[in-house]
Amino acid sequence: MKFVDEFRDPAKARSLIGEINVMAKRIRPSMNRPLYIMEVCGGHTHAIFRYGIETMLPEEIELVHGPGCPVCVLPMGRIDDCIAIAERPNVIMTSFGDALRVPGSKKSLLTAKAEGADVRTVYSPLDALQLAKANPDKEVVFFGLGFETTMPSTALTVLRAEAEGINNFSLFCNHITIIPTVKAILDSPDFQIDGFLGPGHVSMVIGNEPYEFIAGHYGRPIVVTGFEPLDILHGIWMVLKQIDEGRSVVENQYRRIVPEGGNAVALDAIDRVFELREFFEWRGLGSIDHSGVRMRDAYARFDAERKFTMPALMIADPKACQCGEVLKGIIKPWGCRVYGKECTPETPMGALMVSSEGACAAYYRFGDIEKIRIRRAEKGLDKVEPDVVAEVQA
Amino acid sequence: MSLAEEEVKAVKRPRATLRASTINLSHGGGGKAMHDMIDDVFVGTFDNALLDTMEDQARMSLADLALHGDRLAFTTDSYVVSPLEFPGGDIGKLAVCGTINDLAVGGARPLYLSCAVIIEEGLEVEVLRRIVRSMAETAKAAGVSIVTGDTKVVGRGACDRLFINTAGVGVIRKGMNLGVASARPGDVVLVNGMLGDHGATILNARGDMQLTTPIESDCAALHGLIDKLLAAAPGTRFIRDATRGGLATVLNEIAAASQVGIEIIEKDTPLREEVKGFCEILGLDPLYLANEGKLVCIVPAAEADAALAALRAHPLGAEAARIGRITDGRAGRVVMQTVFGGSRIVDMLIGEQLPRIC
Repeated sequence: MKFVDEFRDPAKARSLIGEINVMAKRIRPSMNRPLYIMEVCGGHTHAIFRYGIETMLPEEIELVHGPGCPVCVLPMGRIDDCIAIAERPNVIMTSFGDALRVPGSKKSLLTAKAEGADVRTVYSPLDALQLAKANPDKEVVFFGLGFETTMPSTALTVLRAEAEGINNFSLFCNHITIIPTVKAILDSPDFQIDGFLGPGHVSMVIGNEPYEFIAGHYGRPIVVTGFEPLDILHGIWMVLKQIDEGRSVVENQYRRIVPEGGNAVALDAIDRVFELREFFEWRGLGSIDHSGVRMRDAYARFDAERKFTMPALMIADPKACQCGEVLKGIIKPWGCRVYGKECTPETPMGALMVSSEGACAAYYRFGDIEKIRIRRAEKGLDKVEPDVVAEVQA
Repeated sequence: MSLAEEEVKAVKRPRATLRASTINLSHGGGGKAMHDMIDDVFVGTFDNALLDTMEDQARMSLADLALHGDRLAFTTDSYVVSPLEFPGGDIGKLAVCGTINDLAVGGARPLYLSCAVIIEEGLEVEVLRRIVRSMAETAKAAGVSIVTGDTKVVGRGACDRLFINTAGVGVIRKGMNLGVASARPGDVVLVNGMLGDHGATILNARGDMQLTTPIESDCAALHGLIDKLLAAAPGTRFIRDATRGGLATVLNEIAAASQVGIEIIEKDTPLREEVKGFCEILGLDPLYLANEGKLVCIVPAAEADAALAALRAHPLGAEAARIGRITDGRAGRVVMQTVFGGSRIVDMLIGEQLPRIC
């Protein structure tokens, strides 16, 4: 495939891995622990597993799979609200496909659909607007979610609904923003990440400037990285090079897509339609200040939260769930009490098991856990794990 | 001419005519409308002596069956695809090929099919005629007869336009013992061509994506190809058509049943550029896309070259490839060496494959 195969070239991968090996071996002795590199974005997590990138890296490097899967981090209360809207008799609920399986406190949208709710998969919010035009006697609601990547298309859809005077369309807004969450992880007391792969698609919209505090205030290298496997290896190489040279700056590996200043048109659309919420609830991480957006008053008539009544309850994550610790890199997925037992991709308890971009689901589906465990045990890397295993067995 | 056909040869009678342009509940009511529909659309089109007797069952000579082998193979499958007609085929062709393939992959010679349809009121008669003609043509080309059937008409909303069930009877040749549990370490995994065409075609034809990708369903009857394969590689362990769940699902079934590991090589797995692009855009994994004319076969290493050559010599196997091998790795586990040089597990699909959002 043109413009894709070039970024999956195994020969180039081998030469990058060679250099990564040399740098990792040079840096590691001064740290007395593995190098932790967090990929913030769920798209990276997916690519890392799909291409088996972890199996190619030296054991000096550990990838920590960050909070950047917007489907995973949706709290159960919001899913319940969405289902409550979908189950109203006159509503067509529209959603991206992978949000359908996310469990609420009682059921998922997929179950609600099976029980009779009119729930349809769309590939763009504009498809939802089309549906609204085609069904003037129905209320068409779009379940909007995602980071700055998907925010502009939702905002532009709302603007178009306004321009065309389509009043039976509304947005159930669950858009979230990545920067406050990265900051929350950096501020957490058990934080131990040495560098970041920055989210390529989000950066295409917001540019590179918003990450300056990570490199400046927190002194951690961050490299905005693309989603092809060579991009990811190149991003890791660039992070290591910064650490090796004692630098910490924001670098852009994904120049072919990400302009330094972001996309002004997209940012303008976001700004016109959305404003920051005081706080937003994240599954696995809890409430984080200013981490979500809602619709401005000017667009209240397109806001499903104001148009429909819904339970709006906060539902706590299950107690046994350790998603927060996995997200911060404190434990590996299989170190969690419920991983692969009560919590599986068919019956997800925690955020990270929900979507294929979640770290736990990715390990469960693609990862050779036994192989990784044996390798880690041999290298004496795991301290947490035997306790957890013993606990589970007891 | 077989005994059964001789007995019924004399019965030739005038054909009824269905004049309606859409099917309604009266076509399922047991009266003249139903009789006209069955006789005109089905019996007339399938056109064979066994069906023409209009008995409640097809009568087949045991002696004739025994000429083909020593065991009866019997299978059934229901078809509910939407849309009914798609590039490369339609629900009728699918219903004939699918059941033929389910017989053939067991080493059976497919001989007789049944055809039961459930029609939603409102279906255009012209559509029904096209689909039944397609079944008849596919069966004729494959050398099988549709010898018994049933029709039901249900109210609007009770089914999606047209559902078809076909059962099939075939005879397994003597000495042939293919089995899902018989893969052994060292055996080779072959496929007969490009994977995922059918799944991608159907998803595309539903029109949600508005992609103008030129992909066609691979829908085909594979018994001729399987004959050549088994002649060239008589030691073949197992064959299965990679339908719902795609290649990944079949490999997991083999690995679990045979208690072996399977290793496949991503770069050797044949995929059309169009299907790769389609999956790339929608975030789908082509290994899980359905096929309707593709089989996976496990052959002993010593017969692998002969098997591959036989597949490639047949029009339905021109792009056949050797994609991996059976290993003594962890039982039940399928591992893929990625194009990029890493490795990953290829597991059973959980739930329906839903596109990722970003």
